[in-house]
Amino acid sequence: MLLAAFTWTEFAQQLAAGIREGAIYAGLALAIVIIYRSTRVINFAQGEMATFTTFIAWSLMNQGLSFWAAFPIVLAIAFTGGVAIERVLIRPVENAPVLTIVIITLGLALLLNGLMSMIWGGGNRQFHGPFSTRTIDVGGVPVSVQDIGIVVVSILLVVLLGFFFRFTKVGLGMRAAAVNRDSSRLAGVRVGWMLALGWGIAAVLGAVAGMMIAPVVFLDPNMMQTILLYAFAAAVLGGLDSPVGAVVGGILLGVTITLLGRYVGFIGSTLKLPAALLLILVLLLLRPGGLFGRVTVRRV
Amino acid sequence: MSRLELRNVEARYGPVKVLHGVSLTVGDGELVAVLGANGAGKTTTLRAISGTVRRSGDLVFDGKALSRRTEVTARAGIAHVPEGRGTFSDLSVWENLRLGAYTRRGGIKEDAQRVFSFFPRLEARRNQQAGTLSGGEQQMLALGRAMMARPKLLLLDEPSLGLAPIVVTEIFGALERMKGEDGMSVLVVEQNANLALAHAARAYVLEVGNVVVDGTSDELRANESIRKSYLGY
Ligand SMILES: Nc1ncnc2c1ncn2[C@@H]1O[C@H](COP(=O)(O)OP(=O)(O)OP(=O)(O)O)[C@@H](O)[C@H]1O
Ligand SMILES: [Mg+2]
Repeated sequence: MLLAAFTWTEFAQQLAAGIREGAIYAGLALAIVIIYRSTRVINFAQGEMATFTTFIAWSLMNQGLSFWAAFPIVLAIAFTGGVAIERVLIRPVENAPVLTIVIITLGLALLLNGLMSMIWGGGNRQFHGPFSTRTIDVGGVPVSVQDIGIVVVSILLVVLLGFFFRFTKVGLGMRAAAVNRDSSRLAGVRVGWMLALGWGIAAVLGAVAGMMIAPVVFLDPNMMQTILLYAFAAAVLGGLDSPVGAVVGGILLGVTITLLGRYVGFIGSTLKLPAALLLILVLLLLRPGGLFGRVTVRRV
Repeated sequence: MSRLELRNVEARYGPVKVLHGVSLTVGDGELVAVLGANGAGKTTTLRAISGTVRRSGDLVFDGKALSRRTEVTARAGIAHVPEGRGTFSDLSVWENLRLGAYTRRGGIKEDAQRVFSFFPRLEARRNQQAGTLSGGEQQMLALGRAMMARPKLLLLDEPSLGLAPIVVTEIFGALERMKGEDGMSVLVVEQNANLALAHAARAYVLEVGNVVVDGTSDELRANESIRKSYLGY
C-alpha cells in the first residue's frame, strides 16, 4: 500500500473536509431512513427531489433574493412538494407490493431529472452559497468557513428534528405510525397524514443538503446522483431503521472515504465509492442490522 | 339512551363472513359483556365497532352513525384495547400513555398520575420500553393507555387472558373505578364468564357469529344451558 506523506495539520484538514462531506450524506441518509422506517420503501427520487429544490433556490436568487431570504421559501416549497408527492403518487399504491412503489420513486427520479433539464437546461451552474470559502484558523488548522457553515447547519437541522420526534405530539405520532399502524389508528393518529409528513420532512432535508452542497460541486440536474449513492451507503451502514444511525453512518462514511482517498495511494478519488461499499459489505457481514440496526427487546 | 347500538351488523375477512347480523346495545355508563366459545366472533364484534374489519349494518354511537375509519372512531371517543393488547413495544411506557391521550389536549399530566395511582408498577417503569414489560404490566399499560383517552366507550378484548388472579382483580378494580369516575361505558369480551358476569350488568352470548342469548347477568347465571356451557357448574 502506498501511503501519502503525513502531517497532523493536513490530517486535521482532511478530517474537517470529511465531516463536511459526511454532514451532507447524513442529511440525505436521514431523509431516506425517515421514509423507509414508515413504509419500507427506499426513495430513489430523494436525490432528484433535492436537486430540484436547489434549482428553485437558484432561480429565486437569480430574481435578486439573498440566500437566506430564499432559504425558508425553498424549505416551504420542498415540504409542500414532498407531502404532495406522497398524497398524489404514493398514496394510491399504498397497498401495492413495495417493489411497485420503489419503481414509482425511480420513475419520479427520471421525471424530475427531465423536468430540470427542460426548465433550467443542462450544464454546470455556479450556485452562490451563504458562506465564504475563505479559511479561518481553528486551533492552528485552516478550515474553510463554508465547511464550518455546512456542518453547523446540518447539526442544527438534526437537533431540531430530534427535538421534534422526541418531544412533540406529532413527532410521537409519526414514530408510532412508523412502528405500528393499526395501534396508531386505534389511538386516533391520522396515519396517512403521518406518512405524508414523513415525505415532507424528507424533502426538506434534501433541500437543505442540496443548497449546502451546490456551492461546492456546481449545480446541475445530476448533482446528487453520486452523493445519493453515498447516502444510501450511509443509511445502510447506520441501519436503515435508525435515524441516529443515518447521521452517525453519514459522518463516519464521509470521514472514512475522505481519509482513504487522501492517504491510501491507490484509492485516490476514483476508487472512493467502491472502497466505501466494500467497507460496508464487510461491516454488514459482521453486523447484519447495521451499526444501529433495531435492537428491540421483546418478550415472546 | 344507549351509547352504542348495533343493528344487524355483518363483518367479513376477505370472502368469509364471520358476523351474521349481530345486534346489541350498550347503555350510558353501563358495563356489558360478550361471551362465547373460541371463534364465535367476539373479537370481530369489537373490531367491527372500531372499524378494523370490513363490516356493514347500522352502528350508532351517541346518536350518530359510526364512521368506518378507525382514527375517526377513536376521535369520537371509542378506545379499543385489542386482543394482544396493541401496545407500542418500541416506545417507552410514558410514550405509550402519551399516545393514549393523542386525541386530547390538556390535563395529560394529571391523567397520567391517575393511571399511576391505579397501577403504581407502571410509574416505576415509566422510561422502560413497553416490549420489555411483563404480560400483566402490558395489560395494565394497555388499559392505562385507553384511560388516557378518557373514552366514552371502552372496548376491551379479554383483559384477563394469561394473567394471575391478583392482577385480574387489580385490573377489574381499576375498570370499575374508571367507570364510576368518568361515566364511561364498557363493552368487554371475556373467556372467563364468571368474572365477566360478576362485573357486567348485562351480557350477550355469541355462537358462530350470531347472538344466541342475551340478558342481565342474573338472568344468564340462572340459565341452565349457559351455566353448563360457559360457567362450568
Ligand atoms: N384475520 C382473519 N382472517 C380470516 N379469518 C379470521 C380472521 N380473524 C378471525 N377470523 C375468523 O373469524 C372467526 C371469528 O373470529 P374471532 O377472532 O372474532 O373469534 P373470537 O370469538 O374472538 O375467538 P377467541 O375466543 O378465540 O378469541 C373465526 O372463525 C376466525 O377463524
Ligand atoms: Mg378473540
